[in-house]
Amino acid sequence: MEFLVASAIGVLSAAGIYLILRGRSFPVIIGMTFLSYGVNVFLFAMGRLAIDRPPIITSDAADYADPLPQALVLTAIVISFGMTALIVVLALRGFLETGSDRVDEGIPKLPEPAEERLTS
Amino acid sequence: MSGWIIAPIIIPGMAAALLLLLRRSPNLQRQVSLAATALLCLVSIELFMLATEGEVLSYRLGDWPAPFGIILVLDRLSATMVLLSGVLASAVILHAIRGWDEKGHHFHPLFQFQLMGINGAFLTGDVFNLFVFFEVMLIASYGLLLHGGGPRRLGAGFQYVAINLLGSTLFLFAVGTIYGITGTLNMADLAGKVGQVAAGDAALLRTGALLLFVVFALKAALVPLHWWLPTAYAAAPAPVAALFAIMTKVGAYAIIRVFTLVFGAEGGAAASIAAPWIMPAALATLAIGAIGVLASRVLVDLVCFAVVWSMGSLLVAVSLFDARSLTAALYYTVHSTLIGGALFLLSDLIAARRGRWRDDLEPSPVMANATVLGGLFFLAAIAMSGLPPLSGFIGKLMILDATRSSGAAGWIWTFVLTTSLVVIIGFSRAGTTLFWKSEAMAGTLEPRLPVRPAPIVPAAILVLGTALLSFGAGPVTRHLEATAQQLVTPQSYVDAVLGQSAHAQRATEVR
Repeated sequence: MEFLVASAIGVLSAAGIYLILRGRSFPVIIGMTFLSYGVNVFLFAMGRLAIDRPPIITSDAADYADPLPQALVLTAIVISFGMTALIVVLALRGFLETGSDRVDEGIPKLPEPAEERLTS
Repeated sequence: MSGWIIAPIIIPGMAAALLLLLRRSPNLQRQVSLAATALLCLVSIELFMLATEGEVLSYRLGDWPAPFGIILVLDRLSATMVLLSGVLASAVILHAIRGWDEKGHHFHPLFQFQLMGINGAFLTGDVFNLFVFFEVMLIASYGLLLHGGGPRRLGAGFQYVAINLLGSTLFLFAVGTIYGITGTLNMADLAGKVGQVAAGDAALLRTGALLLFVVFALKAALVPLHWWLPTAYAAAPAPVAALFAIMTKVGAYAIIRVFTLVFGAEGGAAASIAAPWIMPAALATLAIGAIGVLASRVLVDLVCFAVVWSMGSLLVAVSLFDARSLTAALYYTVHSTLIGGALFLLSDLIAARRGRWRDDLEPSPVMANATVLGGLFFLAAIAMSGLPPLSGFIGKLMILDATRSSGAAGWIWTFVLTTSLVVIIGFSRAGTTLFWKSEAMAGTLEPRLPVRPAPIVPAAILVLGTALLSFGAGPVTRHLEATAQQLVTPQSYVDAVLGQSAHAQRATEVR
């Protein structure tokens, strides 16, 4: 089981890093998602892989699974889910406004409209 | 009394929630936001007073005993940083309510959430909560960076969000690795446990520590992880960029905190692990920042690279991790936060007054308030580039003095002094172009803004702050010396968190 989980984390991270280095926003986002999946499994495994053990104190249990990594993973999932949603919207808006979804091009130095600036 | 420690996190949090409810009445929103920031400032002064008594205070949420519960810790360093963020935020919010906050939705709630994240990062005593507060800070900063919209911000925003998401993922890998070995994430508890890590896990511990360092270096814009900063800060609205001046310091703070307390001299297998990496990276940061200052064709880019450059000076001092160099680094932190904020606000004021020339470094007809703005820019440039008599000079002198006896003194002195010269050239060229060459140009700017001093006040406050920092250098330095002393002897921090009794029985086995 250790080998399976470890190689899953490895494959997810490798795929994530490869995709993040691509030049268009869609692969970058997919890469981010892979990487955050990888880190979630990694965090979970850091409480050691255990089967059939309760994460809470009960009177008849002799051994426990570590509940803390599960709490950490929950926090990490919530944050990465929210951020993925945000970056998808950002990429979409960027594509619609500039007509390009490349992330490696320079930032367009369009002059800002006059009312953009402070008027006081 | 220690209940006050949570106030710098609660006040902006509550204010942000209230501000969301008030979104239909912009005037009331401004007043509430101002009041909340002023209150935050008062509370941070109170906390600062409390911390200068010398004792490390801790606040346990829900009274769960450490290291199991969430804990907030107030020592001299965190109190200083919270006060610094309060002062900067007050000036920035005064600038923002003169028009920037109306350019998009939800400026004030995001601003308060950002303050909540920053203060939380300074106060937390736990590595995972450091991650959480980093996220609070970053999520708010994504919104603030995009405030006002436009294709340029969207492009810069995508890159900024992507690089920070990557940073957060690395942070989680680091946290997971360290937790897997030591079984704790409480910093004070970690400080005791990293020394007892089994020999077989030493390499993993070092990996975790260095991953953590990479994340903090990304936040602190250390070369080669600095490329996001000029793009993001230049695209951000001016008051936001000014507030971001403290975000790089959060990275520096995290480096100082974790690599003195946990992976400091007594960090077992990972003792002093970051120091050999910080030094060359900081020297490269100095070089790249200075080259960027010289190469900039727009004022705001010049300020961005000056911020990168100042992070280099700061981290050069940090890399030695002794009391004297930390004193110098902390003094420079306070200085560069204030002056970075001031320069971003000034470049906005200048851009607003120059019509189609905006803040391009080209001569234009004379702008409104040219004398006052020119004077302030002159003072700010002197302070930033480190000329006497302002705080940049004192900070730089302290850094040079503190590094004098180190092995790398030759390298440090060469880089600091040479790049200072380059930055002076960059700033003087910018200043002469903006103010003196413009005198020689005929014509008037259309539309010419009325000469009103009020909008300049926030920037002037920050410049005045650096002036105060120079004149009060004696007492400030004495306070920072005590701070650095507290950092290099982390036992008082550990005792404050874990308590004396827990300390005695802390021979718990390492997993």
